[in-house]
Amino acid sequence: MNADLATFGTWIAIAAMAAVTYAIRAGGFWLMGYVPLTRRVRSILSALPGSVVVAVILPLAVRGGAAATAAVLTSLAVMAWCRNDLLAVVCGMGAAALVRAF
Amino acid sequence: MTSSETKRDKSTWSGFVLGMRLGFPVAPGIMAFGLVVGAAAARTGLSFFQSLAMNFLVCSGIAQLVALEIWPPVLTWGVIATIALLTAVVGARLFLMSVAMRPWFGQMPAWQAYAGLFFLTDATWLIAMRYRSDGGGDVAVYFGAAATIMAGWLAATAIGFFAGGFIVDPARYGFDLVMPAFFAAMLVPLWAGARRAWGWVIGGAVAVAVERLVPGWWFIVAGSIAGAVAGGYLDEPEE
Repeated sequence: MNADLATFGTWIAIAAMAAVTYAIRAGGFWLMGYVPLTRRVRSILSALPGSVVVAVILPLAVRGGAAATAAVLTSLAVMAWCRNDLLAVVCGMGAAALVRAF
Repeated sequence: MTSSETKRDKSTWSGFVLGMRLGFPVAPGIMAFGLVVGAAAARTGLSFFQSLAMNFLVCSGIAQLVALEIWPPVLTWGVIATIALLTAVVGARLFLMSVAMRPWFGQMPAWQAYAGLFFLTDATWLIAMRYRSDGGGDVAVYFGAAATIMAGWLAATAIGFFAGGFIVDPARYGFDLVMPAFFAAMLVPLWAGARRAWGWVIGGAVAVAVERLVPGWWFIVAGSIAGAVAGGYLDEPEE
């Protein structure tokens, strides 16, 4: 058995990771097939994207140090100002690099 | 209500091109990350084809980095189980993103939806949600964005695999913060009024608290669910 792992172990591990990731990627969608899309559920689902974004960036901005805070705030400000996501990301990175340089 | 659930899907070439274009702002960040993941795979001793297979099939940068971090020279079933479990924990947020895809992808044939979900990443999901909240319904936009991101990812991980030793620290130019910056930028078009913002405040507070108390990435899951449920219930209650 362990001789197999020496030969194919890496492939088995990659396959396991792939299976788990796909199960997660498809699982939420699949599960929601059994939940009636009432008005309330739709309302919660449409609130989900913003919530995920906030839950990702807020702890980072609070705890990730000055560079992360600068990147997040700059990007947010630039986006609010000119609605160009590429420019916002570039400015955010620039702000982080600037903070790190000093 | 901001959703546009009545819009029917249609697939167009121009939609695909638009999607590819929407993928450009995040591409540099994904590629910078890809260089690091590719280099890590080479360092761990994976062959190029193993690395390529992992990058395509798993396509989850953080999960791969974490797995490669604990990858021993000789694998045992226990280690494989641990790697699979870590992949699930790190990828848990993708489950919520998948949940949010239901109203849109639920309208299309199952095979198309399940094929599309294979390409679900942070970036493709954000692009899809933003496009959707602007009222778009062309599923080709999603696949176009997925094409840009997958192409950039595979190219960068391949370069990282062979050039690993020469890679400068991505943090120096702020590349490691591209995803947070992109997330922050996406918050602006997702703004849906002050009432909804209370959900964000609640979700954000939960996320910050959980991040302090619980190790790992659970803060994203906890904060997202809290924020979405709060936002959903604070929405105009008209049944």
